[in-house]
Amino acid sequence: MADTAPTACRRSPLAGAAPRLAAVTRSSKGALRLAELPFLAQVNVRLDAKSPAADAVGPALGLQLPPDPNTVVHAGEVTAVWLGPDEWLVVGRPGTERELEDRIRAAAGDEPVAVTDVSAQRTTLLVGGPRARDLLAHGCALDLHPRAFGPGRCAQTTLARTQVVLVARDETRAGFWVLVRSSFAGYLADWLLDAAVEYV
Amino acid sequence: MLLIPCPWCGPRDEAEFHYGGQAHVPYPENPASLTDEEWARYLFFRDNPKGPFAERWSHAAGCRRWFNAVRDTSTNELLTVYGAGEPRPQPTEPPSRPAPLPSTGGPAVPSSSARPAFEDEAVQAEGGSGGAAPGGVEGAAPLQDGTGRGGGGETPPTRTPTGGRIDRTTPLTFTFDGIRYQGYRGDTLASALLANGVIQAATSIRLGRPRGIFSAGAEEPNAVVQIEAPFPEPMLPATTVELHDGLVATSLPGQGRLATTPDPARYDAVHAHCDVLVVGAGPAGLAAAAAAATSGARVILADDQPEPGGSLLGTGEHLDWVAATRARLDAAPEVRVLPRTTVFGHYDDNHLLAVERRTAHLGADAPQHVSRERVWRIRARRVVLATGAHERSLAFGDNDRPGVMLASAARTYLHRYAVLPGRHAVVFTTNDTAYAAALDLAAAGVTIAAIVDTRPAPGEWAERARSAGIEVLTGHAVTGTAGGARLTAVTAAPYQAVNATADEPEPIAPQREFAADLLLVSGGWNPVAHLFSQAGGRLRHDETLGTFVPDSCGQAVEAAGAANGTADLAAAFAEGAAAGTRAAEAEGYTTRTPMPALPAVTVQPYTPSMHVFTVPTATAAPRFVDLQRDVTVADLTRATGAGLRSVEHTKRYTTAGTANDQGKTGGVLASGVVAELLGVDLSALGLPTFRPPYTPVSFAALAGRDRGALHDPVRTTALHGWHVEHGALFENVGQWKRPWYYPRGGEDLETAVLRECRAAREGVAFMDASTLGKIDVQGPDAALFLDRLYTNMMSSLKVGMIRYGVMCRLDGMVFDDGTVIRLAPDRFLVTTTTGNAAAVLDWMEEWLQTEWPDLRVHCTSVTEHWATVALVGPRSRAVLGSLAPGLAVANDDFPFMAWRETTVAGIGARVCRISFSGELAYEINVSPWQAVALWEALYEAGAPYGITPYGTETMHVLRAEKGYPIVGQDTDGTVTPQDLGMGWAVSKKKPDFIGKRSYARADTVRPDRGHLVAVLTDDPGAVLPEGTHLVADGELPAPPVPMLGHVTSSYRSAALGRTFALALVKGGRDRIGERLYAPVGDRLLPVTVAGPVLYDPEGARRDG
Repeated sequence: MADTAPTACRRSPLAGAAPRLAAVTRSSKGALRLAELPFLAQVNVRLDAKSPAADAVGPALGLQLPPDPNTVVHAGEVTAVWLGPDEWLVVGRPGTERELEDRIRAAAGDEPVAVTDVSAQRTTLLVGGPRARDLLAHGCALDLHPRAFGPGRCAQTTLARTQVVLVARDETRAGFWVLVRSSFAGYLADWLLDAAVEYV
Repeated sequence: MLLIPCPWCGPRDEAEFHYGGQAHVPYPENPASLTDEEWARYLFFRDNPKGPFAERWSHAAGCRRWFNAVRDTSTNELLTVYGAGEPRPQPTEPPSRPAPLPSTGGPAVPSSSARPAFEDEAVQAEGGSGGAAPGGVEGAAPLQDGTGRGGGGETPPTRTPTGGRIDRTTPLTFTFDGIRYQGYRGDTLASALLANGVIQAATSIRLGRPRGIFSAGAEEPNAVVQIEAPFPEPMLPATTVELHDGLVATSLPGQGRLATTPDPARYDAVHAHCDVLVVGAGPAGLAAAAAAATSGARVILADDQPEPGGSLLGTGEHLDWVAATRARLDAAPEVRVLPRTTVFGHYDDNHLLAVERRTAHLGADAPQHVSRERVWRIRARRVVLATGAHERSLAFGDNDRPGVMLASAARTYLHRYAVLPGRHAVVFTTNDTAYAAALDLAAAGVTIAAIVDTRPAPGEWAERARSAGIEVLTGHAVTGTAGGARLTAVTAAPYQAVNATADEPEPIAPQREFAADLLLVSGGWNPVAHLFSQAGGRLRHDETLGTFVPDSCGQAVEAAGAANGTADLAAAFAEGAAAGTRAAEAEGYTTRTPMPALPAVTVQPYTPSMHVFTVPTATAAPRFVDLQRDVTVADLTRATGAGLRSVEHTKRYTTAGTANDQGKTGGVLASGVVAELLGVDLSALGLPTFRPPYTPVSFAALAGRDRGALHDPVRTTALHGWHVEHGALFENVGQWKRPWYYPRGGEDLETAVLRECRAAREGVAFMDASTLGKIDVQGPDAALFLDRLYTNMMSSLKVGMIRYGVMCRLDGMVFDDGTVIRLAPDRFLVTTTTGNAAAVLDWMEEWLQTEWPDLRVHCTSVTEHWATVALVGPRSRAVLGSLAPGLAVANDDFPFMAWRETTVAGIGARVCRISFSGELAYEINVSPWQAVALWEALYEAGAPYGITPYGTETMHVLRAEKGYPIVGQDTDGTVTPQDLGMGWAVSKKKPDFIGKRSYARADTVRPDRGHLVAVLTDDPGAVLPEGTHLVADGELPAPPVPMLGHVTSSYRSAALGRTFALALVKGGRDRIGERLYAPVGDRLLPVTVAGPVLYDPEGARRDG
């Protein structure tokens, strides 16, 4: 439905925070890179990992749904994030949610799967730069050391006082995706900006 | 914080989990066949064993999977985890937690038998027998009974011309009690005060006695000061305040003052993880960190001082090795050295909290953007505690005068700060360690009048002292002191004589008096076992040391060096290095060789210590045990005299050990005194429990960033900005900010709400309803699942239609309500109340994962994927129609409780015809990315009709006029749907659903249950306060007054032209028309019970 209207009138949860986030990137001279990645397509997929649907859905997306807990798989512009033993979040380019949903449903056929467009449920924050781990460590109890949380890792956990999906991007320098519920995004942005003060 | 091993995600902090009660209590196959008692047993009764207990947990903040765990309820240890639905495994070994290392055990000093407890101390205490004639004062020259205040110029300089670790090129100016002084970078406030001859630094809390600086570290009981500038801070030990330019402090009468202005500084926290955490950077800690660091293990070394070295800074030994080791650690990539960092708490699974003082030492130069203090939340695989030892005091007469100081502290002031804390000293000891202090001070020019040693034969160290020209009084004790603001004289007498019993009087020996301005005291050493004990470690009484040392601990913790009771320096180095190596290797790392060399330590002579706690006094002079609380031997005597036999009780009775120094110098002493008083062995008596924090931590540091606007997350909808711009006042609903009302031109709540209500009833109004919880339920068994979950039937709902539903708990009490939209045969969208969205999803997942795993259905939260606008009022159809040309809005085309997929204002939308006000109304759902566009289009299209934004208060009034309850306001977990008059929503057809069996319980069919009804005051202008009780009689009988019910909602209604209330009233539906009374203040307001639907009871307005 969202794609029936002109995208010009769309407004992302952190649109108002964009200048402040960009200011951190600038004044930290890249030690931290903060930005909202708005409007990413996000589709929640629930299916039995042992069912034929599991074998069919991956290829339809050009990847394998990650079977290991707390891991992600990238292929092209599609990323599949493990959320649970029968649950994944498929993330793609803005505007592709309908197409992703259709591909998954088509691949699953008559198998019982649940496919839900949740693109606006969460927004995505990029937290990058050499100090990204230090910044997140102010509010995340997980061990983010590369030995424990390197590229390809993800986790659902708590950052500051809100739940997030944390994804380590492929190259270490590319930092993290922090997926946060849209209603909490303003709070989390304020928190990150406050925590970043020391690094700018 | 406990780590709970999620079967999927691995160990996570316990805060990520929800507890689900006892496991393996399945839902009965046929609840209807159970007796009331059997059903009640299932509902309300659970096991409560001591020991292993199988229970359910949900990884709520993670993968949201339910699982089972066996937890030992007596130790809180998680023994195993396994999947939901799996049988409980047979008992096995405890899981992944690192195995504790064996304690390295005993002290490195030869053993000797402990001195037996004094048998008759109790009767001899405080002014008992043994008085002796005073002798002449011995001393090189009579001392002034000084003021204890420096700056007078008559006292010789106390700063030595060379030496120390102060930076003499950086003088600093500070103010104490209004007088300006100078010190140097590297000083503490205490050392700078001593360097300026300021001896009295405080006044005691209860007795108002002058007190001086007693120690050189965190254990300080006396010199607790108020910092006035740059920012007020109460009760900091002067020994831990790093001097900076412009510091202003005042002495305290025991108690400080909180700042009256908000603290402008930043505070924050950091989570850190390591393989090996070493606490303390003294000889053992540095050796441990250096050894572990060679392995590549991740090491954190935390120490409370600005520079590493620990006791070596105070003795001035091996400082080259300290510097070299520090450099090596700084260069190691996986090592983090945290100076100025006090580890103050040791919790489950090696979770330790530390506070780092980052900028306070910079004074006014502290950068604004750096946090002043930082709390480190450290999760360590292994911990090496190298926390050193605190020197212990002795209880003798007037042992509290300014000038009485721990022997090691005086040595520290000399070597580290280049300060002589006095000129004429007496040393009182029971062990070897004070001799080194005496010799060093003598070499620096202090006259040591005598060393008073309780031991009859102190051995080699005494010979060394005598060789240096110091008199050693063996078998003697200090029995009293003289002086005012500063010590002037010390009295000593033979120890056996003063300790003689009444039955066996010793010949009275002459007592000696020495002129002295400094009395160094050493009653032995207490390992700093606080963290070890907090970690669950057991302490053991060491006969040789006469104190308590770490024994064993269930966590992967090891004590090393003086903290382990190892007094010998060479042994402490070796023990630290071995502990560091063991810890790294236990984590799978290989330490590299060659290991960093340990310093060569000269072997020192050793004579066993004597275990002395009290020295009897011939006078009534108080013998202090806890200096900070002014607790004396006499106080403890009263406690044991009152029959107290445990140190936990004497502690609470006397307050000994409860001050903010937590009895670091006096704690073991207090136990020793109580043991003597009770005539029991100290080893049997033990110590009071150590609890975090090790040193006081400010609330600001603990709060960190979680204050002000960031104190609690604020949840906002996509329309929040519009509400703010249009002057909405907000109400907190859970963490959400919801518009409460939109005052215009200075309206108050009442006026604005009457206006908003009128618009909704007479024209058109709209509200942001985006906060309602929304759950997408998909799968072939979705309808079956909802039939089990809701009290009413959902499987019969047609695609395209909507049904209101009530959800109850197993006990039949209302849990949540909302609408259910059937999107497709196998897909529903469920809405929940704003505050219950997460709880309802958790409830659904719990049933699906634990009871009905065979159901092919999945639930996904889409609360924030949709923005929802409620469009309400007789003109709402016109407004919607003007924006949705493709939608047939006529009542027949788009009936009540139907939904349509359409385009509103060019935006893809799902429009539902539902009403929470009784008026014609729609809920328009769009992507939140386009919510502002929709809202502004509605505002514009509705302008000709006077469209009015309304908030939660108006919503509440509108629904209450219709008798619609709000879960959580009109219900409280004890209310059934039938109580609410919603028996129509409870299916009679369904074989079972959650709560069904409970509606047959005797308690739920009582006729006198509370029913939701309306109550109307006789006075149409009186608003009953919510919560008001309702009673039967117009005159209050004598208590107890029978209560018939209470008001749950109360408003002023524009539509009714009067006030009204909803209330839960016993048998209320049978009382309609009855007169009741509402006690408000001191009046009884007459009210009439009415049916709950006051407005449009025939429902004529619903279709517009």
